[in-house]
Amino acid sequence: MTTPLLVFFVLSALAVIGAVNLILQKHPIHSALSLIVVMVALAGLYLLMGAEFVAAVQIIVYGGAIMVLFVFVIMLLNAGVEEHTSLSKLAGPPGLLLAAALAAFVAATIARSGASVQAATQTGALSSTKGISEMVFKDFVYPFELTSFLILVAILGATVLAQREKS
Amino acid sequence: MVPTNYYVILSAILFGLGVFAFIFKRNVITIFMSIELMLNAVNLAFVAFSQALGKLDGQVFVLFVIVVAAAEAAVGLGIIILIARNRQTLNVERVDLLKL
Repeated sequence: MTTPLLVFFVLSALAVIGAVNLILQKHPIHSALSLIVVMVALAGLYLLMGAEFVAAVQIIVYGGAIMVLFVFVIMLLNAGVEEHTSLSKLAGPPGLLLAAALAAFVAATIARSGASVQAATQTGALSSTKGISEMVFKDFVYPFELTSFLILVAILGATVLAQREKS
Repeated sequence: MVPTNYYVILSAILFGLGVFAFIFKRNVITIFMSIELMLNAVNLAFVAFSQALGKLDGQVFVLFVIVVAAAEAAVGLGIIILIARNRQTLNVERVDLLKL
């Protein structure tokens, strides 16, 4: 087994274990910490694929900013252990079946049609950060500006939603 | 070199786990986290295909997905704070105003 394959299996096992732990844990803070494990493992996979810029953004924005926001809200609301009613326990088996069917269907489809994708592999190391910056600021400049507008609207919305009403 | 299939199958597994968490969990914050898990699985597929096809479009899309996820997290957590303030619970079964 070659080294990249070994690294891939270690990181993917870490990601899957983190995702399963997210489901198994009862307290939201434990789920949040498992999600951070998944995100860091995915950042490692991006590095393995040679997408170092995406890996850095994944760590900074997902593992840093978004998860800090989650942990902050969990602590702010003093969220406790989640409670399950008998009706919601009923959702477990069908949900597991549906999710397994979905994952198996997607994986099977990919596994069958993957030959054509794989044929195009190994185009050599493309300098990804430079290429991404050129694409973002040339080909995708209008969508990029639109996302800044989206962020602005999101900030306004979050501020309006979370403020206390004066009365 | 790791085959692209492996990445995409891992992405499918993670997406399936996210769907299951979305259906099974009852805490609204955890449900929100499972949405983030699904977005991450999609990002993995994007980067895998970007690498397989030798084009950078996929990685640019990942950037946009991350931006949208950040905006969504800000607004969604604001809504969660509102729910907790108005109904004193984070259990989605107690948030049943639209239910007959």
